[in-house]
Amino acid sequence: MTFSLFIQSLINGLNQGAIYALIALGYTMVYGIIRMINFAHGDFIMIGSYTLFYTIPLMINAGMPPWLSVFLAIVICAGTGVVVEVVAYKPVRKAGAMSALITALAMSLFLENLAMVLFGAKPRNIQKIFDLPSVSVFGTSLPLNVVLTIGIGIFMMAALQLFIKRTRMGKAMRAVPQDRDASILAGINVNKVITVTFAIGSGLAAVAALMYCAKYPRVTNDMGSMMGLKAFIAAVLGGIGVIPGAMLGGILVGLIEIFVKLFAPGWYEAITYAILIIILLVKPSGILGKNAGEKV
Amino acid sequence: MERRVKISYVINLLGVLAVFLLFVLLFESRIFGAATQYIKGICTTACYTIIMVASLNLVVGCMGEFSLGHAGFVSVGAYASAIVSGALTGKGLPDLALFLIALLAGGIAAGITGVLVGIPALRLRGDYLAIVTVAFAEIIRVCFCNFSITGGGKTMSGILKLSDFYWCYWIMAACVAVMYLYIRSRFGRTVKAIREDYIAASAAGINVTYYKVLTFTVAAFFAGVGGGIYAHYMTAMIPTNFNFMYSAELLSEVIIGGIGSLTGSIIGAAFLSSLPEMMRQFSQYRMLAYSVVLIIVMIFKPGGIFGNWEFSLVRILHRAEKKGHEKAEGGVQPWKQLERKSRY
Repeated sequence: MTFSLFIQSLINGLNQGAIYALIALGYTMVYGIIRMINFAHGDFIMIGSYTLFYTIPLMINAGMPPWLSVFLAIVICAGTGVVVEVVAYKPVRKAGAMSALITALAMSLFLENLAMVLFGAKPRNIQKIFDLPSVSVFGTSLPLNVVLTIGIGIFMMAALQLFIKRTRMGKAMRAVPQDRDASILAGINVNKVITVTFAIGSGLAAVAALMYCAKYPRVTNDMGSMMGLKAFIAAVLGGIGVIPGAMLGGILVGLIEIFVKLFAPGWYEAITYAILIIILLVKPSGILGKNAGEKV
Repeated sequence: MERRVKISYVINLLGVLAVFLLFVLLFESRIFGAATQYIKGICTTACYTIIMVASLNLVVGCMGEFSLGHAGFVSVGAYASAIVSGALTGKGLPDLALFLIALLAGGIAAGITGVLVGIPALRLRGDYLAIVTVAFAEIIRVCFCNFSITGGGKTMSGILKLSDFYWCYWIMAACVAVMYLYIRSRFGRTVKAIREDYIAASAAGINVTYYKVLTFTVAAFFAGVGGGIYAHYMTAMIPTNFNFMYSAELLSEVIIGGIGSLTGSIIGAAFLSSLPEMMRQFSQYRMLAYSVVLIIVMIFKPGGIFGNWEFSLVRILHRAEKKGHEKAEGGVQPWKQLERKSRY
């Protein structure tokens, strides 16, 4: 392998990883607060991408930069997230973990198939979002896209971390998973906290959709499911519920995928899943997570 | 064996036979005319779906764990049986023997995969187990995409069309009967104890891992048998048929039917697998309808439509007999009332 190929793959891996990291941030937010795998999270990205697909031409016609439509996507995704939470997840919250998981899965199927009925199964191509030049580093071209994606990822991570650690709402968010009943006694409106969590998590999905579409400008109705699963793997790898862990896990998964693809193109997916299995069996709390004992 | 148990076996066998004769009558009398072959096909689809869904119900209902990778075992069974039947063609075996050997091979291959997957995966529970089963199923799919013997990611075609409805019906009946007996056996009761409280079960001296892996393997075996029928019915398949969506479809059929109710699985699978065939023009709304029904079931009846209720022919006959007696003897006898009271 030549040096330039190595650098090129490194850049590709970082780009892929930064996208996974952005999605994983949303997963880890939701899982950290309500301990539920939100299977529908990947589909929020699909919703965000369709929003971008339909609003970018409007933005261009109005003479504004196309990336501004991400704000509309954030609003739509956050709105969908809140609706999904209130309509489907809230009624089953008391019924136990199994019901919650099934409902999340059903919601994911619902959104995917609804999108197929509404927008058709044909892939749509999104117009170019960023028109950024490439700079030359070590003899290979480094697209500024990559730098931007990673930058947004780090910014989001830092902002979330500050929000969770420094604000009142963030404090409530940390209290709810520790002891739900005690936090009700302390005057926390648990339902509101969970709804806000969903809104933030889904909004993050819209940002991830923007970066994803900047790299792969294709929208399909089932784009979310496998990508969501891989982002979940990233979140688990870094330590689920730990915000910097999602970033680390995402970038690691992206790098591993790109480098395995280089040597064994047909097997890269299998390797990603194998990593998940090994991590869960050896250190289920992830790289940055703390081990939590089980109460009997 | 007690006489009562023997009688119940005979009654159930007669019941299954009666349903079979009903199907034979329907098909042989040419009531459907030219559509007979088509409807037979739908019934075969229902047969293998019932086996797959019932086997998944062993894991979901009996063991209380969440497997999202059942399509992986189905695919192992399908490919293994297709390879075996392909290798044994032209050896002078009668079709039925060939079919049974292929199904058995598919089941055993899936069972072995079940052991290999179950030993590491079943150390986890809940959400993480669900995700790990997805991961294993995806790894299996990627393997089939890369091995040349399974078509190397392209369609594997030219599989013998051995899945005849009449055979499949009896295979389905046998599989469901074995699964039902498994749930009612010592093993099944142990697994249910683990489901209720695994810490208490292990404190009572139950080898939790052994029983969980055993149940998982039995479920995988039957999923493989179902996959074998699938392969010999479709005669062509591609690894992407067995993706995450297929697992999710099987799981939603289990849950809509009833978690822990084989009756629910049978009715649910038969109904939900033949419904889309009947209204083909709405096929794109099928999964949409599934998901909506699933959410509604989860909100209003979290145990599924049938809950854990089981249909029992013996019980119905028993009740009818009792009613007949009561009528003949003019009301409830005092000693019978006493018997009823003593139950509480």
